[in-house]
Amino acid sequence: MREPRVVPDVEPASYYGRPILKAPVWKQPDVPLYLYLGGVAGASAVLAEGAALTGRPALERVTRLAAAAGAGLGTVALVHDLGRPERFLNMLRVFKPTSPLSVGSWILAPFGGLAAGAALSEVTGRLPWLGRLAGAGAGLLGPALATYTGALISNTAVPAWHAAYREMPFLFAGSASTAAAGIALIGTPVDEAGPARRLAVVGAGVEIVAAELLLNRLGMVGEPYRQGRPGRFMKTARNLTIAGVATALLGRRSRSLAVAAGASFQAASVLTRFAVFQAGLASAKDPKYTVVPQRERIRERTLAG
Amino acid sequence: MTSHRLSGPLHEVSAEAGYAAPPPRVGFFTDTSVCIGCKACEVACKQWNGVPEDGLLLTGMSYDNTGQLDANSWRHVAFIEQSAPIVPVLDKEATIETRRAPTDLGMPRLRPNDPQGTSTNDTDLRWLMSSDVCKHCTHAACLDVCPTGALFRTEFGTVVVQPDVCNGCGYCVPACPYGVIDQRKEDGRVFKCTLCYDRLKVGEEPACAKACPTESIQFGELDVLRERADRRVAELHAQGVDVARLYGQDPDDGVGGDGAFFLLLDEPEVYGLPPDPVVTTRDLPSIWRHVGAAALTLAAAGVAAFAGRRR
Repeated sequence: MREPRVVPDVEPASYYGRPILKAPVWKQPDVPLYLYLGGVAGASAVLAEGAALTGRPALERVTRLAAAAGAGLGTVALVHDLGRPERFLNMLRVFKPTSPLSVGSWILAPFGGLAAGAALSEVTGRLPWLGRLAGAGAGLLGPALATYTGALISNTAVPAWHAAYREMPFLFAGSASTAAAGIALIGTPVDEAGPARRLAVVGAGVEIVAAELLLNRLGMVGEPYRQGRPGRFMKTARNLTIAGVATALLGRRSRSLAVAAGASFQAASVLTRFAVFQAGLASAKDPKYTVVPQRERIRERTLAG
Repeated sequence: MTSHRLSGPLHEVSAEAGYAAPPPRVGFFTDTSVCIGCKACEVACKQWNGVPEDGLLLTGMSYDNTGQLDANSWRHVAFIEQSAPIVPVLDKEATIETRRAPTDLGMPRLRPNDPQGTSTNDTDLRWLMSSDVCKHCTHAACLDVCPTGALFRTEFGTVVVQPDVCNGCGYCVPACPYGVIDQRKEDGRVFKCTLCYDRLKVGEEPACAKACPTESIQFGELDVLRERADRRVAELHAQGVDVARLYGQDPDDGVGGDGAFFLLLDEPEVYGLPPDPVVTTRDLPSIWRHVGAAALTLAAAGVAAFAGRRR
């Protein structure tokens, strides 16, 4: 005979504690790194277009190169993550609005081509009008590239991702803005870096507000964003973002402070993506994040009649 | 009909997928009250479909050494040992905290005449066995999110992966609300139950249903199976088995009803099933709207960054 338990069992019922969902098989660092690189590429293309329109050649050069490099490296990370990399072109076999990965492929492919064309023209000085046209196209696709990844991970059964679908695209938009602005701050003389600084400040605001909303709204499903390694990453990312803003504003006349701010934004953006990715994995692996919210839903329905 | 493309009841699932004159939708009704845990379904599935070995380790938790559905296990017999009191289905006050989890056992007091002990008053040991399988959802998240078109809806209303198209992106894996489809690591592609598409094509029933010795796994037209399941639950309730309930048969549920549904003797989560699964794409219109708003925010931030001062 076992002794009667004083404290009731608070763990919800499960099948021997096993997960109900399959955790994503997406690899680290490939996918969280892609989330960062795609964000950098998309927001850089926006900055590049602004730089071209307002006559800031140094800013234009850095951001054109960042857009092309981000898209290129991001594509490599995505293809490397595939179980059958040689079949990557199957991504363009159909177009499916119900699949954010399909929509994303149809954003990334033209973006990559346009950004590469614009960067090539920028570096070689050849066909400048065609380079401008390509850059404008990339600039238009940029915001979509930087934010569709919010739909990509939210449109799953992973509790901590799906429940956060309202805030995720904004979190990613903010994170992409600070990262792209950070690279511009690193590579641009201070007298042309004003727009990058302003984008960093706005992006940091969007990112911090989105993260706060996410943590406050999610309740117990949001636990993985607060606990363990993803929790530490989230906190550190926020502190680095704030530090980056402060440094960027203080260093309006100092190239070295601008570089420090830019580096801080890169670290913050990378950490945010890893935090979100790992929080999702944790929420998929523990059946309570699947069962408790669903039980609550049933209870509310039953009480409502 | 098109209003229920992403979620909600959808009767003509094959017609909606574009088939001109499809045969009736088929599926499984798995009546776990007569499952004896023999695992003939697992073996028959492996044999017919040439599914590779899935590890020969002992889990140590029960007679279940398969563990879960995955790329190399398309049928999985769950085996649950319980010894605590049973909470009635209709007890609305019961919270998840008061439901008991499968517990480790002291000395089992097995009653030979009722090994599955299925009434509310039963406080003795009981064994629950259930053969789990892909649910072939009316609104299948795996199919919705597949970017290559490798996953498709068959004329029978089932959901099947085309291995010659799948590029192993893995998106379907976390999309499935039941944790069914999985990637075969050494192969890179994803695999799951096909409801024996090849056998259906020639008018045969799936291998698992054919092999089931107790007719726990019943194959047939979905409409017929649903009626039969309703009768079976009523029959069990009349016999005093008040814990019997159907799982996945309701076209109004979060996935529009399952093509493979179950009669269970406890809460779904006890069997490792989600209690209230919802197809993720039900929220996709709202997800896209939020992405659109975020993209516009980013574009506006970009414009604002260049507005005003020259520096």
